[in-house]
Amino acid sequence: MTNSWVDIRNANIVLSMGGNSAEAHPVGFRWVMQAKERSDAILISIDPRYNRTTAVADYHAWIRTGTDIAFLGGLISYLIESDRYNREYVEAYTDAAHLVREGFEFHDGLFTGYDEARHQYDKATWNFDLDEQGFARRDETLQHPRCVFQLMRRHYSRYSVEMVERICGMPQAKVLQLWDLLAQSAAPDKTMTILYALGWTQHSVGAQMIRTGAMVQLLLGNMGMPGGGVNALRGHSNIQGLTDIGLLSNLLTGYMTLPAAGAQDYRGYIQEKVRQPLLPNQVSYWKYYERFFVSTMKAFYGDAATVENDWCYHWLPKLSEPLYDVLYAVNDMTKGTMTGAICQGFNILAAFPNKAKVLDGLSKLRYLVIMDPLANETGEFWKNHGEFNDVDPSQIQTTVFRLPTSCFAEDDGSITNSSRWLQWHHRAVPPPGEAKTDNAILAGLFQRLQKLYQEEGGAFPEPILNLTWEYSDPAHPAAAELAQEYNGRALADIEDQGRIIRRKGELLNDFGDLRADGSTSCGCWIYSGAWTEQGNMMDRRDNSDPYDIGVTLGWAWAWPLNRRILYNRASARPDGTPWDPNRALIWWSGERWVGADVPDYPIAAAPEEDIKPFILSESGTGHFFASEWLGEGPFPEHYEPLESPIPNNPLHPQNPLAYHNPVARVFAEDRDTFGTFEEFPYAATTYRLTEHFHYWTTHVLLNAIVQPEKFVEIGEVLAGELGIAAGEKVRVRSKRGHIDAVAVVTKRLRPLQVDGRTVHQVGIPIHWGFTGVAKKAHLTNTLTPFVGDGNTQTPEFKSFLVNVEKL
Amino acid sequence: MSVRVSRRQFLKFGAAGLGASSMAMMGFAPDQALASVRHFKLSGAKVSRNICTYCSVGCGMLLYARGDGAINSHDHIFHVEGDPDHPVSRGSLCPRGAGVLDFIRSDSRVRYPQVREPGTDEWKRISWDDALERIVRMMKDDRDRNFETHDEEGHLVNRWMTTAMVAASACTNETAYLTQKITRALGILKLDNQARV
Repeated sequence: MTNSWVDIRNANIVLSMGGNSAEAHPVGFRWVMQAKERSDAILISIDPRYNRTTAVADYHAWIRTGTDIAFLGGLISYLIESDRYNREYVEAYTDAAHLVREGFEFHDGLFTGYDEARHQYDKATWNFDLDEQGFARRDETLQHPRCVFQLMRRHYSRYSVEMVERICGMPQAKVLQLWDLLAQSAAPDKTMTILYALGWTQHSVGAQMIRTGAMVQLLLGNMGMPGGGVNALRGHSNIQGLTDIGLLSNLLTGYMTLPAAGAQDYRGYIQEKVRQPLLPNQVSYWKYYERFFVSTMKAFYGDAATVENDWCYHWLPKLSEPLYDVLYAVNDMTKGTMTGAICQGFNILAAFPNKAKVLDGLSKLRYLVIMDPLANETGEFWKNHGEFNDVDPSQIQTTVFRLPTSCFAEDDGSITNSSRWLQWHHRAVPPPGEAKTDNAILAGLFQRLQKLYQEEGGAFPEPILNLTWEYSDPAHPAAAELAQEYNGRALADIEDQGRIIRRKGELLNDFGDLRADGSTSCGCWIYSGAWTEQGNMMDRRDNSDPYDIGVTLGWAWAWPLNRRILYNRASARPDGTPWDPNRALIWWSGERWVGADVPDYPIAAAPEEDIKPFILSESGTGHFFASEWLGEGPFPEHYEPLESPIPNNPLHPQNPLAYHNPVARVFAEDRDTFGTFEEFPYAATTYRLTEHFHYWTTHVLLNAIVQPEKFVEIGEVLAGELGIAAGEKVRVRSKRGHIDAVAVVTKRLRPLQVDGRTVHQVGIPIHWGFTGVAKKAHLTNTLTPFVGDGNTQTPEFKSFLVNVEKL
Repeated sequence: MSVRVSRRQFLKFGAAGLGASSMAMMGFAPDQALASVRHFKLSGAKVSRNICTYCSVGCGMLLYARGDGAINSHDHIFHVEGDPDHPVSRGSLCPRGAGVLDFIRSDSRVRYPQVREPGTDEWKRISWDDALERIVRMMKDDRDRNFETHDEEGHLVNRWMTTAMVAASACTNETAYLTQKITRALGILKLDNQARV
């Protein structure tokens, strides 16, 4: 989230789209209700299903799954053409005035540079027109035909209300009603928050959906505002933290990236990552990349990392693909090129798309290690569970180890919620039986490996032999020690302008202390400040809110630098006064920035210096134009899901290359696993229930009692056509397999009119499997397609095709 | 009018829904009931502050446990409630969080290391030492056999592509950091988490 759970109460308009927080985040949702009660905020719910968020919404609309870019793109056009955007904000704080270089074009669904064979773009033209000094040229009047504002205006001019109706299946009058409501937040004293979750991410165009939401918020002047922002509610408890710490194939800690294979030279790697300002006088904080990087390498490799060996740069593995995500790994497993896998608290058989493929992949491994508190499906992939997992164990040669871990109640440490708060928790009891903490198990594995490499030698042992391991109990690194390690320490006295600011050995205060000369060590730069010389900041419990604006700086600790609302400089006008006096967050006192939050800005920079508020971006502005950062193009475009219920993309009916996301990755092995709407006519979407959490709570008696059995939601009209009555058993099929479930016949789903066709949508909860105490069931991901978003490879769990039959 | 009831009968009445204090005010009280109030069951408990790991709201949880680890005194959590000081949850828990005791004490909790041997149909219990030593041997054999120092174009890449790891969304940041250190030192690139699911 750019903002926080409590901050939702400051909104005048809450747009719930791509999420259903009333059911998925019930306690967080209280802040939506607070907004309604405190300030008469209106809640707008746009979803394929009428859900429990919809039930308390003031306005709602059904939308065809996977078409949110069309609705939001149309909104962008509506806001511009009807002059209902925050002009002052857009001029001062965004890239609207930047000129884009000649050569960049968009034609019939494709941007310049498409390579049909590789399904990738050459992005050379996707950039700004730079002057001799390397700064972006601007037209402050926003009239130049090559300025971002005019290019954006032209791009979305195709998203008329008629087109939005045709794509989304939402009647024009409804579309216009919602656009009119959303446009109200263009006023400086009105803010809108966008709440989204996996309903936006889990599409082949997921990242671009989120970006379209961000563009709307920039136009309306809602970024950085209390009650504004683009708020990823997220699904799992600490997925924010795991991502911050970089447990993704291509990341290091703190959103630094691992080098590509071509980056053979350390200097070249750093120069590529260091981002110089694109406008004069801007911060462009990534210019300090080397400080973050060197400090991380010192944390990992200690004295072995020296300036002479480029801080062990070549000890890092290098990438030959943009990502080796889970789909990539499973695909390699099925080809027989993988030997082993370690699943730490991740039930991949249940959680990945196309269960049959995952099963095939696991069956070809030589070894699989499960670290989990629960006896889950992945650990038993080799076991015959009748129709729900119909395998022959004698044919599966995988050795499977199942190691019992503690759960949260039995371990100390911090987890990061979606408001970016690192909250410390304390162990209550020991784990059951012989179970151990994850730290103890990881240490047990690593120390044994290290010993083998000492005794036997082997492939490239240096990083293994030199990894820092300065823990008081080497067999069980303590959470406190690890937290101090990622917070960082001074390895020598640190000076700033001739004054020693940190003595050798002291914990760092924040990432401003970091140095690129090896004199600081810091495992995760954005977490620097979490455990300082003042102690464990994550365990603080002062819940006071002195400005009564929902900001509790003394509760736990938020990254970065304990800031609670990102980009909060933009909550004030260019002159330093708040846009809305009743929503003042930070302001210029005449000497410095002060207020309720930690300023996301150089603290003493006067408004006249014209330092723009988005200090991580190269020009200090919020970007409508994404340059080369996303795979599909600088402006989001609607493309149909890989499995679409209509025969073409209504925006580009004549161009088959622009039917689906042109940069979606489909493995050759999977080409035949996609169905057509002739064979599988209904649009399906998966979702979660209040009573269950993924595949955990089917092991929990109370939850198994309240939601005991797998069901699917089918609209009344479709049920009538198929002769299905409520409570009857149905079989849902996709090209990849089938599941059986009880039919819930409902008014919550209804047929939509899409481009002259009637499209029925089917809702499928993800829960239930073949282990645990709930009624056994087929895994929902038997049905889902093996394709990911064009940037992140997040699987398209939310839009695919099925057929339904009565059993 | 005076009705004589035993203490047991009185408590039964109370459980049927009437407030005991209002009954006492009406003069309807057993002889010694008020003198022997049962101890509040949480009063002897050890309270630990925790954060719910079901979703990403991060609600505050108070875990009430009994037992001091002495012989015949096993630690166990017997009550969970919302933390009233928490600025987001303010004492609330949702249907998942409120039932988390059944998760902590689920019959599905794995209690000791197990192995399923190739081609067999059963779990066998093994010791931690056996489990870790066997795993490490398989990892090292694979890494030594398949480690790539250079790619096809001769670039130095130093990576181990034949073993993957996925990390746990409910783990702490400290565990995540340890995982990041170890996997990159081993050269693992096929590393992922639940951010996508």
